[in-house]
Amino acid sequence: MFLRMLIRAAVLRRGRALSALLAMVVAAAVATAMLNLYVDVQAKLRKEFRNYGANVVVVAKDGQALPADAMQTVQTVLSGRGLAVPFAYVVARTADGQSVVVAGTDLEKVRQLDRWWSVTSWPSMPGEALIGVRAMSVLSPQGKPFDLNFQGHAIHLKPAGTLQTGAAEDSRVYLSLTDFETWTGIQPSTMEIAATGSREEINALVANLGRALPAAEVRPVRQIMEAEARVLGKTRSTLLAAAVLIILTAALCVLSTLMGWVLDRRHDFAIMKALGASERLIGAFFAAEAAMLGAVGAVLGFAIGVGVAAWIGRANFHAPVVPRFSVLPFVLFGSVLVALIAAVAPISLLRRVQPAMILRGE
Amino acid sequence: MFLRLVYESFRRQKRRKLLAGVAITLGVGVATAMIAVATDIGDKINRELRSYGANLVVTPQEDTLDVEIGGVNLKPPSDGAYLNEADLPKIKGMYWRNNILGFAPMLPANVSARGAGNSINVTLLGTYFSKSLTFGAQSFVTGVRSTHPWWKVNGAWPDDNSQDVLLGEKLGLKLGSQVGDQIEIAGQPHRISGILSTGGAEDDQIIGPLSLTQQILGKPGAVRRIYVSALTKPEDAFARRDPKTMSGKTYDRWYCSPYAQSIAYQLQEAIPHSHAEQIRQVAQNEGTVLSRIEGLMMLVTLAALLASALAVSAAMATSIFERRGEVGLMKALGAGSLSVAALFFAEATLLALVGGAVGFAGGTLLAREIGRSIFNSQITIQPVLLPVILAIAVIVTFAGSAAAIRRAVKFDPVYALRGEA
Repeated sequence: MFLRMLIRAAVLRRGRALSALLAMVVAAAVATAMLNLYVDVQAKLRKEFRNYGANVVVVAKDGQALPADAMQTVQTVLSGRGLAVPFAYVVARTADGQSVVVAGTDLEKVRQLDRWWSVTSWPSMPGEALIGVRAMSVLSPQGKPFDLNFQGHAIHLKPAGTLQTGAAEDSRVYLSLTDFETWTGIQPSTMEIAATGSREEINALVANLGRALPAAEVRPVRQIMEAEARVLGKTRSTLLAAAVLIILTAALCVLSTLMGWVLDRRHDFAIMKALGASERLIGAFFAAEAAMLGAVGAVLGFAIGVGVAAWIGRANFHAPVVPRFSVLPFVLFGSVLVALIAAVAPISLLRRVQPAMILRGE
Repeated sequence: MFLRLVYESFRRQKRRKLLAGVAITLGVGVATAMIAVATDIGDKINRELRSYGANLVVTPQEDTLDVEIGGVNLKPPSDGAYLNEADLPKIKGMYWRNNILGFAPMLPANVSARGAGNSINVTLLGTYFSKSLTFGAQSFVTGVRSTHPWWKVNGAWPDDNSQDVLLGEKLGLKLGSQVGDQIEIAGQPHRISGILSTGGAEDDQIIGPLSLTQQILGKPGAVRRIYVSALTKPEDAFARRDPKTMSGKTYDRWYCSPYAQSIAYQLQEAIPHSHAEQIRQVAQNEGTVLSRIEGLMMLVTLAALLASALAVSAAMATSIFERRGEVGLMKALGAGSLSVAALFFAEATLLALVGGAVGFAGGTLLAREIGRSIFNSQITIQPVLLPVILAIAVIVTFAGSAAAIRRAVKFDPVYALRGEA
């Protein structure tokens, strides 16, 4: 009987019930989208921030080389949550005796780590080098092959392309690590790591790396870490403020629509009361109806909201926002709560009125 | 008569009008605050991104190659060209001077230092901490404290005109020196006013005032490079074009856009014999991060506008739906559909204007509060927005009322009066 009343009530007044449901769905969708974005934006922006390059640096102590198994050790500690690139440096002499810094590195990885490098063409063959723009004008103004000397060992290099960064790299020559090691016999002394994760995770990683590599000094790049934390924090706070404002507005919209819907049915209320229903039963009936509406609206709205969040992610970050099902209970609970408030408040207003007066249309 | 109807409607139905008015006020308030925040967030985040440090560097045009590994300079001090310190204030005379948030000159020198124990060779870096300079009538303060915000000092920053120095954290441990101790640099004793921690190469260096380093090097007025922190616009295809190949008008447009490239170009003009360039690590990524955050806030603002439009529509629809009896009575007394609709629309307009104005004021306060609590700076709202917001409020209120008004007008007065709606 109770169930039948609930269903008939919804079916008979389709228009009003539908408009109330619509308001509920829209509000739940907006709330879901905002909460999803708020939870996910940190991960999305962190990915953008990793384009700033390494946030952790490993340097061998006192100008020594890193142990030969350092790369494996770092990879194990990182376990896929970051990119580590080794660097080896020497100061070589050009044919006319000028000093130039030559770096050996894993060019494939540098390309992923330092995305801001403006490179005309990456070396692809052994014996090819990437040359900083300022070094290029000294070493090989016409792009011809040239010789470099390190402690009596000479190497013949072909420029593959130029590199421009606006920093120290512009005066350097970059070689593949194999070429570098056969020429100089020197092992990498530095490792630059772009690790993903929160500030605490990075600090834990620094501590772990320090324990795994006692012969080296591991330090976070404060310039990168602090600025990132600042911008991220401010963006999240702004988004939170926006989310709170939007969700409040949506909740108010639902509240006013649902209250109108319930007030509109004061006839039903009066008839039920006149037929002998107790106030508790009527209250329960309206509350059940509102809760049902809230739940259905929340589930539908959640589905739409996830879609909206995914679209925003794709449009803005070129990667969809992952649906967070942990948000669903909050949306469900909030929707049902708002619906219950909207239903119960008018009932307590109507309770004081005689059914006869309502039925007479006063 | 019509005016009286509207007036009486407001006088007699204070509660209902208040509810609808509150909905409009809230909706407009949220919309105003969000639009204000979204239009200003670019500038705010741009300033926050400046905490990544300088995005432009000025070097001497005819310089030899840098011989630098891990921030340690290996170049003999006699090598290379210098810029002239006297040219520095000219940076504040550039076209985009207001976008220059700060600059810091750098002059490294290899010196021998002696703390408590034996002497070692270290780099002494001369710079401005927070030096006050004047250009024409304006005076300003600049230095590493604004361009390198991640530098932390335990103790006090030295005065730019003193002989005091900062000691890098790791060097301090190596030398066993502490704040307040004396350190011997190139034979002269200097007071250590603070211990500097940067997480970079400076932790192994001594940082001193520029004048001190020039004096030790014996090169008065010399500067090796200048780091400039400037507010820039994200780079696009137009920014990358070569100014030398542009025609007059295009050149003016390029010159007057705050791209990193055009500011570098102007720095080169301001400082003789210099070469200015963007530090790509900072400058390039700034643009992407900025456009992502701006895009995000735009979409969120769109969602906020949608939510507030819906809230206003819902409130209007409810308030009109409740007045079917009144519509029935008016129609029974001979009012046409047109005059009933006109009455409702007039009421809606009035509500929208009043609610919109109050909401605009509230939204302005809200935006200001958000700006103050999150960014520690004002979010300014252009007064131009007021008519726009009011127009939007009226349109949304109309759109929200239209469907409800049509239904109310179409209703048979007999049913409406009998309360069988």
